[in-house]
Amino acid sequence: MGLSIAAAVGVYGVSFGALSTSAGLDVWQTCALSALMFTGGSQFAFIGVIGAGGTGAAAWAAATLLGVRNGIYGMQLKALIRPPARLIPLMAQLTIDESTATSTAQDDHDERVRGFWTAGLGVYVLWSTFTLVGALAGQAIGDPRRWGLDGAAVAAFLGLLWPRLHARDPIATAVVAALVTILTIPALPPGIPVLVAAGVTAAWWFWQRNRRAAR
Amino acid sequence: MTPFGWVLLAAATAYALKLAGYLLPQAWLDSEPVHDLAGSLTVGLLASLTMMNTVGSSAGLSLDSRLLALAAGAAALRLQAPYLVVVLVGAVAAALGRLAGLP
Repeated sequence: MGLSIAAAVGVYGVSFGALSTSAGLDVWQTCALSALMFTGGSQFAFIGVIGAGGTGAAAWAAATLLGVRNGIYGMQLKALIRPPARLIPLMAQLTIDESTATSTAQDDHDERVRGFWTAGLGVYVLWSTFTLVGALAGQAIGDPRRWGLDGAAVAAFLGLLWPRLHARDPIATAVVAALVTILTIPALPPGIPVLVAAGVTAAWWFWQRNRRAAR
Repeated sequence: MTPFGWVLLAAATAYALKLAGYLLPQAWLDSEPVHDLAGSLTVGLLASLTMMNTVGSSAGLSLDSRLLALAAGAAALRLQAPYLVVVLVGAVAAALGRLAGLP
């Protein structure tokens, strides 16, 4: 179990490092994203917008919107394991999909605490290390498209989305957001379609909610 | 702002969001609509980013081997392959497409 997570983080980290340098970021910027931002979805969003020719501001906005869920994770973890205040600054940095999922899957308090720190620190070390490996390799292998690394990013995002499509509502949301993106890509500057899709998603959510309330 | 400036700002914002979950009053965040909207926003963003990475390019829409990666990734997920395999399958599909001479 631990080994398979480590292998997945390794491959994902190498892909991120290589794609980031091919998107135009240098090795330092790439490593800073993994060590400081440390939330894979937002990092891929950031380099995806930059790689498509978008501005720094559009990349920042896409990464930030995707990072909102980490705030919810922090709240869940605080309620679940009641951490001492002095550990909160460090815990916050390690609050990501993997550490939250590992911790909340345990049954008792000590196991939850152990699960959070093991997954959080383990992924942090592996993710940062393999990002550096990927960034260096990315500069050495030439065009990453020849190795299908842009296809790896497509599958990586689909893999993050897939487990969330467990009911009709999220599937409808995903279809609407995907359509808005495809329709607006030819008309808008790179990166902006993602933000428009986020806005439409929020509007769609309000509309669905009002409709449910009216019933 | 320089590219490195945006990297640092985005990292600082990401940390602030993580920290907010621990520091904001529980009642602010612990309501069903907030959870629901955050979940919905994550689905919408991931769907949008999947499409942007599949057909987006600096020249607008571009249909190329990344569509093969999308289809192969979906097939792998359908077969309940582990995440690592899904990512690898996506890379192999796009690489094979290019090997076959597709854009």
